[in-house]
Amino acid sequence: MAQYLILIHEDETAYATGGEELYREVMAAHDEFAAAVPQHGGKLLGGAALQPTTTATSVRGGEVTDGPFAETKEALGGYYLVEAPDLDTALAVAKLCPARFGGVEVRPVMSFD
Amino acid sequence: MTDPGAAVEAAVADAHRREWALVLAATVRVTRDLDAAEECAQDAFAAALTDWRAHGVPARPGAWLTTTARRRALNVLRHRGVEQRSLPLLVADEETPGPDDLVVDPAGAELPDDRLRLVVTCCHPALDRPAQVALTLRLLCGLSTAQVARSFLVSEPTMAARITRAKKKIALARIPYRVPPAAELPERVDAVLVVVHLLFTTGHTVPAGEELVRRDLVERSVELARMLRRLLPADPAVAGLLALLLLTDARRETRTGPDGRLLLLEEQDRSRWDRAAVEEGTALVREALRARPPSRYALQAAIAAVHAGSPRWEDTDWDEIVALYEVLAQLWPSPVVALNRAVAVGFASGPAAGLAELDALGAEPQLAGYGYLPAARADFLRRLGRAPGAREAYTEALLLTENAVERDFLTGRLRALGGS
Repeated sequence: MAQYLILIHEDETAYATGGEELYREVMAAHDEFAAAVPQHGGKLLGGAALQPTTTATSVRGGEVTDGPFAETKEALGGYYLVEAPDLDTALAVAKLCPARFGGVEVRPVMSFD
Repeated sequence: MTDPGAAVEAAVADAHRREWALVLAATVRVTRDLDAAEECAQDAFAAALTDWRAHGVPARPGAWLTTTARRRALNVLRHRGVEQRSLPLLVADEETPGPDDLVVDPAGAELPDDRLRLVVTCCHPALDRPAQVALTLRLLCGLSTAQVARSFLVSEPTMAARITRAKKKIALARIPYRVPPAAELPERVDAVLVVVHLLFTTGHTVPAGEELVRRDLVERSVELARMLRRLLPADPAVAGLLALLLLTDARRETRTGPDGRLLLLEEQDRSRWDRAAVEEGTALVREALRARPPSRYALQAAIAAVHAGSPRWEDTDWDEIVALYEVLAQLWPSPVVALNRAVAVGFASGPAAGLAELDALGAEPQLAGYGYLPAARADFLRRLGRAPGAREAYTEALLLTENAVERDFLTGRLRALGGS
């Protein structure tokens, strides 16, 4: 078994202007996703949604700056940590992951055993 | 051959060409490590040079080589600790290599054929196209990194880095060494077909350089298509691709004149087309077209079959070709298909009709910079006697063409038009 991080990159402005209804829709989609993961051979180990990049603070070499590390149109907005036997399973899970204003990146987690 | 050493060398070279993928794929299952498997397979071919000289070429060279490589792999595994591995083992279905794996029934029991696993792994969608192509040439065709680099006009260190990165990703991201389940197989096989087709087209008309055809790439791609056909005999897309390759390659010897000059389909000596390839390809087209919907390769092959079946250029059934391009454009719309259809219309209904079709494509952004569009326009303008426009279009085509043989052709046409 291996672990993969699914990084959700989306256009934040869509959420900023989407209102209550969009929020409810997206939450429901994520609940559905969490329920579907085991059916595809994966196991959800964790995950979180992040506050928008307007709240981000970067630190480099002790110097503190206001804003995200890199300015991109589609910013990291959340992640899931999943356990899967192989990349095909991880990709099947990633395809289910809601990201209607962008997409997801799948990264294998380094193992030290 | 009278020199037994030379005969053995030839037998080993022949086996390398035919059996490399089989030997490597079976060995990967033992080592679950691509680099280690490549080393063991190479060792087996080296051992064949001395062993076959002493004991004669075995009846089934592939089985001998596979057994030798797998035995070597088991030895390596026994003597190698985890700490000596730079990458994690490939993910494969649970199979513990054991002594049973070494038993090859001399009567000819089948060895496990893992080539399909190997090729779908090399062409996994998580690898980019250049990586898929490089791995396929290296692992399925057994080309050295230097040979792969030469085929794609990149430096050897660049190609080595590309191959290393791809192998690392397979191991670290755990791309499984496995034939995907039936539901996913068509999509995964399609990725393999795209790679094989790309190898063929790259070899068929080299994008830049002195020669028109890279014979080795063409031959390797036809061999890969044949291998896929043996592994997936019921797959109509595979039949379609093999048909397309055979029918297109049947004209290879007639595509340039004795002076190396480019000869158009119109000028080619059809009596010198490879009849065996045409017959085999035509039979495969019939089979491939039975699928609903037919694959894009089957339709392209059907078009090639119409040409192959016309005794003379004048006999070409252009209406049939236009109809086939129309089906192709419906199922797989692409500006290049639209361009080819427009050219066919020009032959079916006259150069003015063809020109009108081509001009409708002029705004297509994907065709900007595509030399065949101005070349086709130039030809219709020339046929219509509109020399100034033709000159302009040939000049534009020349700016966009980097293959020397094609450039000579366009220059010749431009010169024949005379004028300024």
